[in-house]
Amino acid sequence: MIELHDLTKRHGRTLAVDRLSFRVPQGVVTGFLGPNGAGKSTTMRMILDLDRPTGGRVTIDGRRYGQLSEPLKYIGALLEAKAVHPGRTARDHLLWLAQSNRIPERRVDEALALVGLTPVARKRARGFSLGMGQRLGIASALLGDPEIVMFDEPVNGLDPEGILWIRNLMKRLAAEGRTVFVSSHLMSEMAVTADHLVVIGRGRLLADLPMPEFIKRNSRSAVRMRTPQPERLLDVLAVAGLRHEPGPDGSYEVVGGDLAALGDLAAAHGVVLHELSPQQASLEEAFMQMTADSVEYHAGDGPGRDAAGAPGTWAAGRQQHSNAQPAAAARQEEN
Amino acid sequence: MASFPAILRSEWTKIRSVRSTIWTLALTFVVTVGLGALLSLLTNNNFTEFRRNVQTPFDATSTAFAGIRLGELAIIVFGVLAIGNEYSSGLIRVTLAAVPQRGTLLTGKAVVLGALALVVSVVTAFITFFTGQALLGSHSTTLGEPHVLRAVFGAALYLTMLCLFSAGVTAMLRNQTLALGVLVPFFFLLSPILSVVPKVKTLAHYFPDYAGSRMLLVFEEQGQPYGPWAGFAICLAWTLAALVGGALVLKSRDA
Repeated sequence: MIELHDLTKRHGRTLAVDRLSFRVPQGVVTGFLGPNGAGKSTTMRMILDLDRPTGGRVTIDGRRYGQLSEPLKYIGALLEAKAVHPGRTARDHLLWLAQSNRIPERRVDEALALVGLTPVARKRARGFSLGMGQRLGIASALLGDPEIVMFDEPVNGLDPEGILWIRNLMKRLAAEGRTVFVSSHLMSEMAVTADHLVVIGRGRLLADLPMPEFIKRNSRSAVRMRTPQPERLLDVLAVAGLRHEPGPDGSYEVVGGDLAALGDLAAAHGVVLHELSPQQASLEEAFMQMTADSVEYHAGDGPGRDAAGAPGTWAAGRQQHSNAQPAAAARQEEN
Repeated sequence: MASFPAILRSEWTKIRSVRSTIWTLALTFVVTVGLGALLSLLTNNNFTEFRRNVQTPFDATSTAFAGIRLGELAIIVFGVLAIGNEYSSGLIRVTLAAVPQRGTLLTGKAVVLGALALVVSVVTAFITFFTGQALLGSHSTTLGEPHVLRAVFGAALYLTMLCLFSAGVTAMLRNQTLALGVLVPFFFLLSPILSVVPKVKTLAHYFPDYAGSRMLLVFEEQGQPYGPWAGFAICLAWTLAALVGGALVLKSRDA
């Protein structure tokens, strides 16, 4: 299991990773989500002891990465797609990696077969496409048959077929009982692969919760109603005990409301409706809203600073939905 | 802890699986032997003309090794590329993820690199010597003459140490283009020029290449600052300093 405790990385005056603490649960796919520059890659490099933390610590099965003997047998990582010598063949690339950790040579051919690179095993990496380079990187991550695999933005720049292949691979690895930790800046990608979600923004933890829980909290459905008689509508809604929020263009949104029941309600009280429509906020919107808030906390340096972190705060943050937009607009004007 | 023999095997696979290894080492051999042979042949054919007004004894060994100042550039490039290519491709992060013990890793790299460079250098030195002597005809010398065998081995050690020195400098600079840009002009232009400039040469005589090249001398030169073994020690000190510096940088910096 990967555990982070107050992990911090400072580059000069900027905090790339800010007191990050979470655990990557075993045997599932954990999505590590955040906008570009949120600190995902820096965190992953610190897990592998490539970058040294300014503060805090990170352990793998209770030990620091540098204390692992033959680490490729515990944790396999793909950080960059084409981190290979262009003049070396795919097979030789995997061979030296295997030898460094005393992994039997037959694993080299198994890993090549697993990612479908057997036909180009003896070709130099110079001629590889991005997708092939990505497959070779994944082969090196899987070489030691590790319990934990870690991929940094594995679908970046891939064609649809490559994306599908990586999704299925990650699900298969988790089904085999392995721990999969994968970063992405795309919520849509995580929605279809991840079982658990860790969201960071500006190096800080924003959410750490199972995917179904995230969906439950964030897939907001609402019914939008627009009327030339807003006062009557609001009275009717108040009498019926339905909570509502202001929507765009003078409309109202009833969160969790039933479309037909609201239509009947309006008709029964003779309220004229110009619009009655279902609204579904996507997870992508929820994610963008969440990370926009994190940007806000930092830009404003206000009292909300410490609110980020615990999973519960997101639910509270969502209530501020309508407030967040004017704040974002104001920030743009400042720029 | 990672097993050291495993690191050696792994680094050997790395070094033998790229073409630049073959090219740079082959070039070291061809240039050193070839230029030495050419100079030996020319010297033999024009001996009286070349030696007119020269008082010092004729050094058949250094004539055969006339090409080493160019040949050394190829083995310097070999040393730079062997370390530096990991930085240009991002491979260094893959390597350090596999072997997080950075000091042990660089030691393993230096052992493999040094062993290969030494083998190639010894072969190059002896073939250069014998080819040169064959072409010098009646002016040639033999390994049995005083200091000649030491000079031939000295040439091999000289090439090996310059290769390792360059590898250490590259590990410090963490960039092969920069390392080549510093080392090649230094060894090809700066050091040879400075070593003949009055006053400055006192300093330049302690540069690694000048010091190392003292090992190749069979006859004592007039006003030479120190002998061949002191030269060996100075060159070795530079080499070890560069490697230790490289290890310190590798250990302290984020990859």
